[in-house]
Amino acid sequence: MGVLAYTIITLCVLGVLCAVVLYFVAQKFKVYEDQRIDEVERILPGANCGGCGYAGCHSFASTAVKADDLSGLFCPVGGEDTMKRIADMLGKVAPVREPMVAVLRCNGSCAVRERRNEYDGAQSCAVEAALYAGETGCSFGCLGKGDCVSACAFGALHMDAETGLPVVDQDKCTACGACVAKCPKMLFELRRKGPKDRRVYVACMNRDKGAVAKRNCGAACIGCGKCVKTCPFGAITLSNNVAYIDFNKCRLCRKCVAECPTGAIHAVNFPVPAQNAEAATEA
Amino acid sequence: MDKRLVVSPSPHVHGSLTTPRVMLDVVLALLPALAVSTWIFGWRVLGVTFVSVACCVVFEYLIQRFMLKGPLTISNWSAVVTGMLLAFNLPVSIPLWMVAVGALVAIGVGKMTFGGLGKNPFNPALVGRVFMLFSFPVAMTTFPQLADAATGATPLSAIKGALASGMTVHEALATVNWSYSDLLVGFKSGSFGEVSAIALVLGFVWLLVRRVITWHIPVYVLGTIIIFTGILWGVNPDAYMSPIFHILTGGALLGAIFMATDYVTSPMTHGGMLIYSIGIGVITVLIRIWGQYPEGMSFAILIMNSVVPLIDKYVRPRRFGAVRKAKA
Amino acid sequence: MLKTFPIGGIHPSESKISKDCRIEPMPLPAMVTIPLSQHIGTPSEAIVVKGDRVLTGQLIGRSSGFVSSNVHSSVTGTVMAVDTFVDQGGMRRPCITIQTEPDEWVPGIDLSGNVVRECNLSPAEIIAKVAAAGVVGMGGATFPTHVKLTVPTGKKAEYLIINGVECEPYLTDDYRVMMERGEEVLVGVSILARAIGVDRIMVGIENNKPDAIKHLAQLAPEIDSRIEVVPLKVCYPQGSEKHLIAALTGRQVPSGGLPIDVGAIVQNVGTALAVYEAVQKNKPLIERVVTVTGQSLVRQANLKVRIGTSVTDLIEYCGGLPADTGKVVAGGPMMGRAMARLDVPVVKGMSAVLVIPDESARRQSEQLCVRCGKCVSACPMGLEPYLLSKMVRKAMWNGAEAHNITDCIECGSCSWTCLSALPLLDYIRVGKAEVMRRIRARKGR
Repeated sequence: MGVLAYTIITLCVLGVLCAVVLYFVAQKFKVYEDQRIDEVERILPGANCGGCGYAGCHSFASTAVKADDLSGLFCPVGGEDTMKRIADMLGKVAPVREPMVAVLRCNGSCAVRERRNEYDGAQSCAVEAALYAGETGCSFGCLGKGDCVSACAFGALHMDAETGLPVVDQDKCTACGACVAKCPKMLFELRRKGPKDRRVYVACMNRDKGAVAKRNCGAACIGCGKCVKTCPFGAITLSNNVAYIDFNKCRLCRKCVAECPTGAIHAVNFPVPAQNAEAATEA
Repeated sequence: MDKRLVVSPSPHVHGSLTTPRVMLDVVLALLPALAVSTWIFGWRVLGVTFVSVACCVVFEYLIQRFMLKGPLTISNWSAVVTGMLLAFNLPVSIPLWMVAVGALVAIGVGKMTFGGLGKNPFNPALVGRVFMLFSFPVAMTTFPQLADAATGATPLSAIKGALASGMTVHEALATVNWSYSDLLVGFKSGSFGEVSAIALVLGFVWLLVRRVITWHIPVYVLGTIIIFTGILWGVNPDAYMSPIFHILTGGALLGAIFMATDYVTSPMTHGGMLIYSIGIGVITVLIRIWGQYPEGMSFAILIMNSVVPLIDKYVRPRRFGAVRKAKA
Repeated sequence: MLKTFPIGGIHPSESKISKDCRIEPMPLPAMVTIPLSQHIGTPSEAIVVKGDRVLTGQLIGRSSGFVSSNVHSSVTGTVMAVDTFVDQGGMRRPCITIQTEPDEWVPGIDLSGNVVRECNLSPAEIIAKVAAAGVVGMGGATFPTHVKLTVPTGKKAEYLIINGVECEPYLTDDYRVMMERGEEVLVGVSILARAIGVDRIMVGIENNKPDAIKHLAQLAPEIDSRIEVVPLKVCYPQGSEKHLIAALTGRQVPSGGLPIDVGAIVQNVGTALAVYEAVQKNKPLIERVVTVTGQSLVRQANLKVRIGTSVTDLIEYCGGLPADTGKVVAGGPMMGRAMARLDVPVVKGMSAVLVIPDESARRQSEQLCVRCGKCVSACPMGLEPYLLSKMVRKAMWNGAEAHNITDCIECGSCSWTCLSALPLLDYIRVGKAEVMRRIRARKGR
């Protein structure tokens, strides 16, 4: 009986002591936080990808709560829906932004870009780019070691074994920009997804002179400027021997695509013209 | 240029040490002890070793092939080393099915659950051994009698029992029939791999020559045991055995040379190795002299294994030019 | 007990197979390509145009800033182009190409073979001559020598340390220079000491070159009694400035500091020779000794090569590229750069061309880390390469910085020693660059 009572009393005293200590510690280290930050964070996708430019979803949420208006704040992963819900909750106006997608501006597949040497270091684009220009003659193109694939938090990238280039899955891509930041050759660009997901872009970043670029890669932009002259909307500019299409001006007429001598300009998600479709089925 | 040159970052040469070569060297270093054991205890030694090694290799293969579905690593010989070390920690009379169970625990629980070689926090062979010690206590502590030995007890347990019954060291030594030279060569009962001090030291020399391990951990562990037991012995030589006895008996040499030096479960830095080794030495002596078991090497190594991640986090190597530059 | 540095180090197989090949002058090439950036710092500016006729030793690229260096024509001939070339790594660099004619030297250059020991110039005059001759560190770092000789105010040089270590496997150019041009090297050393005003001069040579140690130790007293030739224990990377200083003086250059912080200035033996020629002979740096070596090569050689000669020419001169060639390295096997193409010029900092056969050109396949700790014991800077490499892979830049990734000297000891053939240095090198970029950005802000 004595032992039992002794045990119970000891435990009670210990419990009370702990409770008191806990109470004071909790008081001392209490951090005030706006309840709404938690709520905003719950609306956010929670990928902590950093695509918005903030360290993570929590940091974005606290900025959104504190900000006077939401302009300049956009979650590329959640998109407009998420931003609208956040705006409604905070009683602010949601920013309007068009959906974007990452595109790879290199078309130098294994077939058109000959390998001149063999890389044997760590399988990482960053390591290879720090060492030298790369396995092919083109010092601007994709190295094909897949740093972008491992950087993508959404599984929207994979390496195509045949071409040796990464492929963007436009349905999974959230335009968070992780691949843009990761690629040591800076080949990714976030471009407007476009109406019906249609878009036209120059898939090359080679700034070598035309003849050199052509010798090193069959699909390189050789800076001939035909597309610039053809474009009825003045959307194409040429600098450093490489063409660039401004997606705000481009009207998707695809005249440049037909004009490009090396096929460096890509048009995606357009219906295949009838005769081409036949050719494709025959082949 | 038609020749495609290979391009890679420097360095363009590599040292000759590789994991398989290192593991093979450990196997070779264990062979003298195996030979002496076979000579003393008979052919069954080889049978137990073979079953242990075969089971370890087969279990590692099966787990990697069908459960982890990762790349196969049995060709790096590490499972063979685990198998041999496990066997070395067993009495020669152990039933073979128990060896297989021990091998399964060593490889399955001790190694593969953590992701395989390089990721296990505990020495796999010791995990298997301690599991067997708890599961099959009788079989694990029944040592065969040597032809001319009066008892099957190991020197450690015989002396411990004698001292516990109130005898002095002198009286206790009178009850046993081995001499220190027997301990050195291996004429004593015990787990069959640990009996021959000479053979184990021979293996240590081989490992040093082949640059597989450095001298640090074994010397620190044995040094700690010698110093600790030496102090006790110096204080009261009637109640405590001499340091030489403690070094030559039990798993002290096998543990210090082959188990504590396991790459995966030992610290990376020299400072860390010192802490780790002193820990092993102290715990071993504590268990041997005041603990329940006659021998504590396995437990000591496992306990210190668990501290290694902390040691590696806090003990940093001595850095070149670590003196802070005075603010200009 | 021979001296060496205190922490880490490895001992790769020495493979100095070209050590007994005397230095031979390489015939003039038909064409030279002289890069305008052969040194650390800003590239020099071309002061010739296409069509100009230049003489051997004539200034063609002028230093453009404090940390920069002059570039001279290494041949007589006509400037074919002031353009770009593609370097060994596939990058475009500015260069001057010159079609070669028989040599016609710039007047004033002393081409006689007699050694001029006397030097009565003031330190400023010596440094000016060194700068004019475009001398840079010949050990591979190619830091402009005149900058290194200019001791910053507030610092005091106590030691002149001459690097005759040549700790890289295969390389023998410094060894041959010490053996055959020992007298000139020591005169150069004496001039260097005069330029920086120090009395303690040490020449560090590893013990695997006993004849070089003996040769220089015999010559030293008659040239300058202050010169002390110190044999060192063989240990890579002893040729690193910081480690050579530690081996010879016991002083450690503080983390993030320069050798002058501990009162030392280190110069390579090849640089000492170049300084001798610049000061005593008025000869600019237009040629250097290059070791051409490799087990499969028809013949080994130590060639005296004009700057701008194509590496292809060097290999042809040594019997052509063997059919089983896998890799060609500019420099030694530990720190040299693998070449993606061979039609590139020899530059001031190229100490060797090493041909590696196919069977040993590729790395072993990567295995899992077994935590053996060999990289930690090998690291001469006392870092934890396994941890740094892992941190870089996971983009943990703050952690890498806290673990002193910027101390890494990229010697390659960690990768060399790794049991699992992990590309430790590959990642650490990238991480070091990234961390340094971050530190600079932080300071800039």
